[in-house]
Amino acid sequence: MSRWLPFEWIAALRFLREGWMQTFFILAGITIGVGVIVFMSALLAGLQSNFLQRVLNAQAQIMLLPPDEVARPLRDGPGIVEDAVVQRPTQRLRSIDQWQAVQTQMATTSGVTMTSPVASGAALALRGEASRSITLTGVEPESYFRIVRLPDSIVAGQARLLNDEIIIGTDLATALGVALGDKLRVTAASGRDATLTVSGLFDLGNRQVNERNTYVALRTAQSLLNLIGGVTSLQLTVQDAYAAETMAQAIQGATGVRADSWIRTNMEFFTAVNAQRTANTVIRLSVGLSVALGIASVLVVSVVQRSREIGILRAMGGTRGQILRIFLIQGGVLGLLGSLSGSGLGFAALVLWHRWARQADGSELFPLTIQPDLFLAAMGVATLTGVLAAMAPALRAARLDPVVAIRG
Amino acid sequence: MPAEVLRLEDIRKSFNLGTPLETEVLHGIDLMLRRGEFCALIGPSGSGKSTLLNLIGLLDRPTAGRLFIEGHDTRALDDAALTRLRGHSIGFVFQYHHLIGAFTAAENVMMPLLLDRGHPDDTMRSTAEDLLDRVGLLPWKESRVGNLSGGQQQRVAIARALAMNPALVLADEPTGNLDTRSADGVFALMREVNRTHGTAFLIVTHDPRLARRCDRIVEVVDGRIVTNEAVVHSAAEEA
Ligand SMILES: Nc1ncnc2c1ncn2[C@@H]1O[C@H](COP(=O)(O)OP(=O)(O)O)[C@@H](O)[C@H]1O
Ligand SMILES: [Mg+2]
Repeated sequence: MSRWLPFEWIAALRFLREGWMQTFFILAGITIGVGVIVFMSALLAGLQSNFLQRVLNAQAQIMLLPPDEVARPLRDGPGIVEDAVVQRPTQRLRSIDQWQAVQTQMATTSGVTMTSPVASGAALALRGEASRSITLTGVEPESYFRIVRLPDSIVAGQARLLNDEIIIGTDLATALGVALGDKLRVTAASGRDATLTVSGLFDLGNRQVNERNTYVALRTAQSLLNLIGGVTSLQLTVQDAYAAETMAQAIQGATGVRADSWIRTNMEFFTAVNAQRTANTVIRLSVGLSVALGIASVLVVSVVQRSREIGILRAMGGTRGQILRIFLIQGGVLGLLGSLSGSGLGFAALVLWHRWARQADGSELFPLTIQPDLFLAAMGVATLTGVLAAMAPALRAARLDPVVAIRG
Repeated sequence: MPAEVLRLEDIRKSFNLGTPLETEVLHGIDLMLRRGEFCALIGPSGSGKSTLLNLIGLLDRPTAGRLFIEGHDTRALDDAALTRLRGHSIGFVFQYHHLIGAFTAAENVMMPLLLDRGHPDDTMRSTAEDLLDRVGLLPWKESRVGNLSGGQQQRVAIARALAMNPALVLADEPTGNLDTRSADGVFALMREVNRTHGTAFLIVTHDPRLARRCDRIVEVVDGRIVTNEAVVHSAAEEA
């Protein structure tokens, strides 16, 4: 008998040990429940953060664009609409008006951390007989590559852009049969063309992107796209990525240029995340409720089985409070132990899943991060759930009439 | 210290068998027990002996009348105070199912002390071992009580009833479940504790042989005390 524990703890632990079959089964139940919650929460959080990481490394958080050209319905006369279907006009390649002024304004806007101008448009890449349509993105490498982490994805050469250089994806290189240092002819829709040297190859883990995206110096793109001095977009990063949408709206209101946040362009993802979050909450609540009901029912049975012993404890001077605490502690201990083994189970499942489940390219599906707060939260909530679930049985035990209990 | 451990004045007890039906089980009991008295409570089954013991043990409250334990008027006490008085002044020995199965013999004996003080300590353990030694069960101190015989269990229960050194031990048919030999042993043990410790005993028994070995016999019939007289011990019995 440990001399450090108060009587209630000693009795609670002894009772749990004596009824080891009940204890074992309810612990197994709690373990599975908590394990599922821990596994699911960590997996979802990992998948989300991995996706966000990829998205945030591959695009600016806010992109400023020239305003849309607005379509007008054709009208013959007042009130007569010729064509109800209004088609959005094809967007010509246009520059942001006074983009330097906008950029200066952005640089001094609080919350904006980086800005980078981009001139991009469609073009054709040619090499011998082979040709592919590409998106030509003209950038200022020093600023742009701090917003979009292209250098992290360079697999050959370097993320360097002199005026006659181009960085292309591995799949485009294969399609055109070019290697690092080879020359490539690029023809833009404007009719202008240039011969550029491949200075780097990137692999962004997406075939379409690897085939289509190309990067050149801003000046090169401007001249090819016939946009001398102009840019098609300004890329911004902000301090709080999650505030990007509100900031974008503020910027649009203040400048008149169109501002798209990464949140808007990835709306589907956020909708999916919210749906998952709701589902996750429902699952947590259901598991928590069934754990609570399981603990309560085990303890109710235990109170009935032990009513004579409870009566004897009362006869020997045991108070109602002591009896109450014996059962509350049992509930809490069941919750705590179950959450410990459940966290272990959930974590083991995470490790296995992390080892087996891979992206198509073999990289990890989600980062295996041990979130101590997740485990602590699971333990805290499970312990509290156990204590709360034990409330009804414990009150019942405390209120037992010792005369009735002893007579049986 | 008052000379009496127990005084009952016109104690009545009714049970509500659903209103308006109310049956009175004890019809005005007057009883006094002195310190160190060894008293038998006899009477036919259903006469109210256990009901009376539950009242004296402060497990239940009388419907009317006054009950004093070591001079304390219990009528004014709330539940917590009754529990405290019960823990300190009264020990119980029941007929059966009386020990806590999840604990060893020594731990069962310690239990009243543990309930009182909240934490185990060394003095408790040595007190428990002394008591187990007195009832001849020291070698079994680490045994689970479920592994002991009926007589041994009852001896553990007696040791436990003495743990708080109470003024009064209430025993409801403590030998009713034992064979004659064990019953004699258990009874002799209580008698010996009474002599050496000065603990008063009130023992419900159906065994006239045992009753005659007490100092006094109180007989209850139909909720009334019909006889209350001292036993004259012959010299032969004393030996
Ligand atoms: N809780 C109760 N409710 C109703 N009647 C009771 C209750 N407890 C005891 N009785 C009745 O009181 C009478 C005395 O019972 P009891 O004290 O157990 O007798 P004894 O111990 O002398 O055999 C019996 O008729 C019994 O049915
Ligand atoms: Mg009885």
